[in-house]
Formats: sequence, C-alpha cells, structure tokens
Amino acid sequence: MSTQHLPAQLAELVTEFHEVPEPDKLQLLLEFSRSLPELPSRLGEHPEELEQVTECQSPLFLAVELAGTGPDAPVNLFFSAPAEAPTTRGFASILHEGLNGLPAEQVLDVPDDLPERFGLTKLVSPLRMRGMSAMLGRIKHQIRAMQAG
Amino acid sequence: MAAEAEHDEAFAQYAHPERLVSTQWVAEHAGEPGIVVVESDEDVLLYETGHVPGAVKVDWHTDLNDTATRDYVDGERFAALMSRKGIRREDTVVVYGDKSNWWAAYALWVFSLFGHPDVRLMDGGRDKWIAEGRELTTEPTEVTATDYPVVQRVDAPIRAYREDVLDALGTTPLIDVRSPQEYTGERTHMPEYPQEGTLRGGHIPTAASVPWARAAAEDGTFKSRAELEAIYLDEVGLTPGEDVIAYCRIGERSSHTWFVLTHLLGFENVRNYDGSWTEWGNAVRVPVAQGEERGEAPEATR
Repeated sequence: MSTQHLPAQLAELVTEFHEVPEPDKLQLLLEFSRSLPELPSRLGEHPEELEQVTECQSPLFLAVELAGTGPDAPVNLFFSAPAEAPTTRGFASILHEGLNGLPAEQVLDVPDDLPERFGLTKLVSPLRMRGMSAMLGRIKHQIRAMQAG
Repeated sequence: MAAEAEHDEAFAQYAHPERLVSTQWVAEHAGEPGIVVVESDEDVLLYETGHVPGAVKVDWHTDLNDTATRDYVDGERFAALMSRKGIRREDTVVVYGDKSNWWAAYALWVFSLFGHPDVRLMDGGRDKWIAEGRELTTEPTEVTATDYPVVQRVDAPIRAYREDVLDALGTTPLIDVRSPQEYTGERTHMPEYPQEGTLRGGHIPTAASVPWARAAAEDGTFKSRAELEAIYLDEVGLTPGEDVIAYCRIGERSSHTWFVLTHLLGFENVRNYDGSWTEWGNAVRVPVAQGEERGEAPEATR
C-alpha cells in the first residue's frame, strides 16, 4: 500500500494523486502549485531565516518552526519559490498540505520514499522528484536540530 | 515550405543567422501555416501556467528520452511525437523555453539528430517574451495530427559517445559547461541529502571550463559574436573550424553551448557528449582530473 505508515492528511494526498487519471496528474500538481501559501511578512522580510534547498533545480527556500518542545510539538512549515518554478512550488505545496501542523514525531516518521508514492516520477522525471526528497530531508534535519538544540 | 529567414541585423553577425528568430518575429508569425512554435522547459509545468499563443509543448523527459534505455527516442517515436504535435517535416519549428533557452537548445539538438531541416531558437526565450509584456495563454493549442515520415536518427555528426571522448582525449578540445564547483570536483556533500548520483567529482582531463550561461546576456539572448569569440577563441583557445566536444551533466546545458559553437560561431564539427558527467563520473577506469587545472590526457586511455 502506498499510503502505509502515512499520517491521514498526507495519505489523503497520495490517494488523490493516484485516483486522478494520468493526463490530469500534471494539472493537479499545477493546482497545488497555485495554492502554496504566501510567506508571512515576518519571514518574507527576513529571507536569511529561510534555508535554500539547493538540490531543487529552481530556487526554493523553506523555514521550519516548532510550536513548543517535545515529540508532540506541532510543526509549522513555510516555503518560498518563484512563480516561474511551478513544479517546485507544487512539491512544496503538497508537503505543506500534507505535513503542516503535524506533531514533530509524525513528520520525522514520514518514510523517506514519500516522493515516489505520488505516482509522478514517470511524468516529471526522477531528477525533478529529487527536489521533493531534498525538501523532506531538510525539514526533518531542521526538526532534529531544533530538538537537539 | 520553410518560412523565410528573419532579416534581423542583430543576427547577421552570426555564422547561421537563419537559426535564430526574435520574439517580435514569433509574435508576427506564430500560427501561420508552415510555422510551429514549440515550448521546451526545464520545469515540466511551466507551459501549463501560460504559453505563447499557438505553441505546443515538447518535454525533454517524457517526449524526447526513451523510457527504458538511456537514449533518445527512435525514428518511429519521433515521427509519432511530431504527428501528435502537428509538425510536418517541411515545417519551420521555432523552439523557446525557460532559463535562457537551455532546454530549448536541448530540444533543438534532438530535432537535429533527426535532421529536421528547419529548426530555430527564439532568441531570449520565454523570459524575454514575458519581460516584453507579450501575451501568454493557458488555452490549449489545437493541433491537427500530421503524417511525419519515420526518419532514423543520425548521431555521429553531432553526438559523442564515451568511446569517442576517450579516443579524442589529447587531440580534440573538450568544453566542460558545468558550474566551476562541478568542474573542480568540490561538492557540498551533506549526509542524507540526495546528490546528482555520481561517484566521482571532477572533470574529463584536458577539458576547459566554460559554464554554459556565459554565452547568454542578461536578458537571456545570446551574447554578440565578438563577445562569444573572446570567450571561446581567445580565452579557451579554440581554433575556428576545429572539432570540439562539449559536455555537462546529462547533456542539456552542453546543447546550449553546442548551439553557440555550431550556429553562432560556425564550428563545423561540434559534438555533444550527452552521457556527460553522470556517465563519466560513474564509469570505471576512465581518467578524472580534479581542481582548476585542465589536466593532462593520459598516455593510454584504455
């Protein structure tokens, strides 16, 4: 099962992508790219607080915040990517909708093969999918660093 | 019938001015019979966010690459693609794309493998079109399927394989068009973050480093012939007319340089080594140079 071991809000997205017929998958990703929330102004004005995901082929910046401490602290995610990079925006938007607000523990437990579960690899190429893997990797890395700090 | 070449003074300086058209030319001629505008981007979704009216999309990954073998599509599949996109063998194809036409040049190079007679780049690409405030549409382009002939790919004149590069070491100049960090072999390895999938960093010995984007001006158009000659002739030391092989990571950025050397500077035998670093950096027992020096060709390479 491709939704195995996934938090419900993330599993829903995987299912959504699988239920859409092949030709419409890109359109769905495009819709996600359009719904990526803007950065809150406190972050927008402080780009140095964002981390660049250099593995993405287009500029993508992200910030992770923990509301509290411990494994249950909710994770807040913020992404910034230009309109000229809709695929990158789409990946960011999927991660935002699938992970934002989840307890830290649950985000850390998301399997690293998550990007492969959306059935997009054939359409967007493995190279492009790596951008999403890198985003997930950096999100987890930042959460661990905050928990350790 | 192929469209007449654009008579643009800015293009007259180049070796093959008929391989370029301006955004203005596209605005005036897109949609005319015999002219097909093709968008080819790095980002697979960009076309869908809005494209030049009448343009069709060709994606490097899903349309031009074979799905199993690491190779380009064959004559049958290329003909089927052309038919689907409404392109006839005699049509003038104008390609444009994102990132200073990086991927557009790649598509043009693949069209050239099949000898499509008239394929051009829109100078400045997608970004220039947008910067000039020209129209974009999300309207799907209506296409009438064509009867494109099955033409077998002819690789040898413009494509180099690994064996060709090994044979050429020490005799044919190589141009490495990747970033300086990729060239020296310095990598920012961070554990658990996926990298580009090569086991060795560095470059092919003797290769000169000329990042592809140096050929592009601020607005994404090509630099003037004099500026390009200053880079490739004066700085790198190429001699007009000599054979050249360009490579990058998977052959896309080096298509841009291939276009510059072939069509703008008039080199007659430029080959793109599309295996590039993802092949060379993983191959067993091929020579690798690290650091900023070009390095020497080994005496025996096999």
